[in-house]
Amino acid sequence: MSGHPADPHGAVHWIEHLPILIVAAPLLAAPICVVLRRARAAWTLAMAVTWGAFATAIHILSRVSAEGSFSYEVGNWAPPLGIELRFGFFNALVLVIVTGISAVVLSSAPGSLREIPRERQYLFYATFLLCMTGLMGITSAGDAFNVFVFLEISALSGYALIAQGGTPRALTSAFRYLVMGTVGGTFFLIGVGMLYMVTGTLNMADMAERLAAADASRTALIALAAIVVGLGIKTALVPLHSWLPDAYTFAPAMVTAFIAATATKVAYYALATFVFRIFGREMAFERLGLAHVLLPLSLIAMFVASAVAIFAKDVKRMLAFSSLAQVGYMVLGLALCNKSGLTGGIVHLFNHAVTKSALFLALAGIALRLGSTRLEDLRGIGKRMPLTSFAFVLGGLSLIGVPLTVGFVSKWYLVLGAFESGNTAIAVLILLSSLLAVVYIWRVVEVAYFSEPPEGAEPVKEAPWSVLVPTWVLIGAVIYFGISTQATAAVAERAAELLMMGQL
Amino acid sequence: MPDASQATALAVLWPLLGLVLNALFRKRENLRETGTILVSSSLFLGVVTLILPAVLRGGRPRFEIAEMLPGLPLAFEVEPLGMVFALIASGLWIVTTLYSIGYMRGHHEKNQTRFYMCFAMAITGALGVAFAANMLTLFVFYEFITISTYPLVTHHGTEEAKKAGRVYLGVLMGTSIAFLLLAMVWTYHIAGSTDFVPGGLLAGKVEGPLVAVLLALYVFGTAKAAVMPFHRWLPAAMVAPTPVSALLHAVAVVKAGVFTVTKVVVYVFGIDLLTETGASVWLMWAAGFTVIAASIVAIRKDNLKARLAYSTISQLSYIVLGAAIANTLSITGAGMHIAMHAFGKITLFFVAGALMVGAHKTEVSQLNGIGRRMPFTMLAYLVGSLSVIGLPPLGGSWSKWYLALGAAEAGQLVMVGVYMVSSLLSIGYLMPVVGRAFLLDPPPEEAAGGIREAPFFCVLPPVLTAIGCVVLFFYADSIYQLLQGITAP
Repeated sequence: MSGHPADPHGAVHWIEHLPILIVAAPLLAAPICVVLRRARAAWTLAMAVTWGAFATAIHILSRVSAEGSFSYEVGNWAPPLGIELRFGFFNALVLVIVTGISAVVLSSAPGSLREIPRERQYLFYATFLLCMTGLMGITSAGDAFNVFVFLEISALSGYALIAQGGTPRALTSAFRYLVMGTVGGTFFLIGVGMLYMVTGTLNMADMAERLAAADASRTALIALAAIVVGLGIKTALVPLHSWLPDAYTFAPAMVTAFIAATATKVAYYALATFVFRIFGREMAFERLGLAHVLLPLSLIAMFVASAVAIFAKDVKRMLAFSSLAQVGYMVLGLALCNKSGLTGGIVHLFNHAVTKSALFLALAGIALRLGSTRLEDLRGIGKRMPLTSFAFVLGGLSLIGVPLTVGFVSKWYLVLGAFESGNTAIAVLILLSSLLAVVYIWRVVEVAYFSEPPEGAEPVKEAPWSVLVPTWVLIGAVIYFGISTQATAAVAERAAELLMMGQL
Repeated sequence: MPDASQATALAVLWPLLGLVLNALFRKRENLRETGTILVSSSLFLGVVTLILPAVLRGGRPRFEIAEMLPGLPLAFEVEPLGMVFALIASGLWIVTTLYSIGYMRGHHEKNQTRFYMCFAMAITGALGVAFAANMLTLFVFYEFITISTYPLVTHHGTEEAKKAGRVYLGVLMGTSIAFLLLAMVWTYHIAGSTDFVPGGLLAGKVEGPLVAVLLALYVFGTAKAAVMPFHRWLPAAMVAPTPVSALLHAVAVVKAGVFTVTKVVVYVFGIDLLTETGASVWLMWAAGFTVIAASIVAIRKDNLKARLAYSTISQLSYIVLGAAIANTLSITGAGMHIAMHAFGKITLFFVAGALMVGAHKTEVSQLNGIGRRMPFTMLAYLVGSLSVIGLPPLGGSWSKWYLALGAAEAGQLVMVGVYMVSSLLSIGYLMPVVGRAFLLDPPPEEAAGGIREAPFFCVLPPVLTAIGCVVLFFYADSIYQLLQGITAP
């Protein structure tokens, strides 16, 4: 920190510098993993880094709750010259989500990572850490260009992670993700470039000030449009979603649990930040009319993606399409442009992250034992793998939005937001769309619990503990934060309040 | 000893102890069932000794569990209507457990542990609904009931059971998400709370057609009340083992539905708001139609359980109609009918199950002369029928009396007529069974053999509940007095 007084207590210094570690530690640990070469050692290091990052994220969130938003200047260089990390309620919550899910999911790696031969696993852990670096960076960066850089880091490592799915289709879906992701990144970069033209700065706080002061030019509006498209691809908003279903379906099971809970969430964070904080509500919604685009698109996502999920033959693919629908809910919350709606969108980041990663992990356990995630192969799985199956059911209930699960909390705020915007029809549509979730989840329940196992099926054991425990930790979170919402909805509400005023 | 407030939360969680015991003793049936009996009896005892006295003194024991949404707690608060419902659900659970032992073993059912576990969860759900302090808490437990009873409906795992399960879940959960949740958030948006407030949460806050719209969302959202056209799940649920049909689909689940409707009328809208705006007139007609139409369908059903299911639909709408009329008498009648119909109908279902176990008969047309073979069972059926029809000296006569009186006081003579006509219709669908059983000769191949009843545990419960119907006639006043607290200022 610039001008820091000589501090008699060294410990304070150490705590002050903790925030940078959330980006730097995984970045530094990644090459060390490559040097270590041994799977177990690389995993241990990655575990230490991710759990450490999780603790740091919680520290950041509690610091934000206590003293409000704060910034960290890298190398004591003050912005706009230096790089600034900025932390507020919103991104502190996102950091907790990303690090928490990464830590829990990574814990299952030794048991679940069968797609990759052991002698090459160290490379996987290195890539995983790089991906985390990127996601952390996007979330904490205080200037727009760094957001782009980290976006690319996370995307490139993401392609590599997905490509290791073990089937040829994994390669093609990773390639598709690469093409779409690059297009998205380019759009984003164009938008940022235009913003630089208009404002002459890359620091996001300065950008916001100067945009508000200057009369919004056509360039700025085009910049906004480009950024929304670019980040829309990364968020997988229908119709910019085509990379997602295949990527989720063919990636290694554990990677799906990780990516599904983090990548789109971080992109959503970036989208909401640019729309509300940099451009401001007035320009985005009144001058550009963003709601006219985002509202219909999110509604289409909610209905069409859920409908497709109903007919999916593979459960992993079903969950992938369900993710598209959930992105629809989040974007809907943003598009409602009021406090409750935005709270719903933000809290759904958290809620959907824990729910979906729990579901994908449970499915990873099933895939490990059955070698398949096709619906017809899951017959009678409820008796054969009771703990895993029951975890899946509870996660499914949360997707539906049954009370006492986190899914209900999100839905409550979204419906309330629809009422606040005076749009009863949207409230009705939100609830109707969640009925589609009942259908696709119950197809699995029926097959799992009320069908006999296929003839001549080999007896299967319960999923290994290394997968089962992380799954149930996440399910525990699904229930706990569905009953007590102090830590999630209250923070999301505060974040939404600030965001509505254009602050972090 | 926990005080009355803590006892409410304890009572709601208590059945889950049964679930744990079931899981623990899943390999040893006798221990497993003993556990359930101990849990159910202690639950009833606890409700009677710890909570009831406080409510009788006019208290409202309250307990907050957690803040589920900022400003929206998950909380319990016991008022008279919920007290009645809780007493019925917990008391009849004991009898039904006895009955389940006879039925499930006599019928050689599979997956009995799952059955007892889900049953215990459903009771938790029913008590949660009964004690809920606000609409949010009620909704939580309402959904809890739906999910925990689904495996009971699909218990047999056949294609037919799965299909019925789809209808069951689809209608119950579909309506609750699409309508009830919508109504609840809407209420919160208007009133800033979902609390049950004496005199009505929405009183003075809404007006015009919106009142009727909200009422419709609440009533149709509560498909467990089975007001037509959202009644199809109830006949579908009859594929479940008979103890489920008896306790859950004649008492706990369906009464949770009509209880919700009554509670919403009294504490969310307030009876003054409804009578002043006339917003519930349409509901009288909808409920009145259901009463008559379901009775007519019941007459035409040959399958005994299906007939009883339609009879239940009809009787549930008695209560909804009473709530819609919305004066002190009709609300009291509605509350009493929750209790009276419970005893009558559970008796009838117990008998239907005993006939299946003891004589393998499911259709009304097969029952000629069955009274000679199973006299106790069929006498219990007679008593239960007379109570459902509403004849003295049986409990059902009182609730019908107050319901009709309430309709008359409101000047709704058509609705008085509905009550009367449907009583006649109920004679039409219940009495032929008695006639066949006692007056017609059995088919020749079954004539010999003397008395051959179903297993003891299948016969004792209906006899007990039939006696309960008689007892309720003489002690109806205590329920009446208790329920006076609902609409008292």
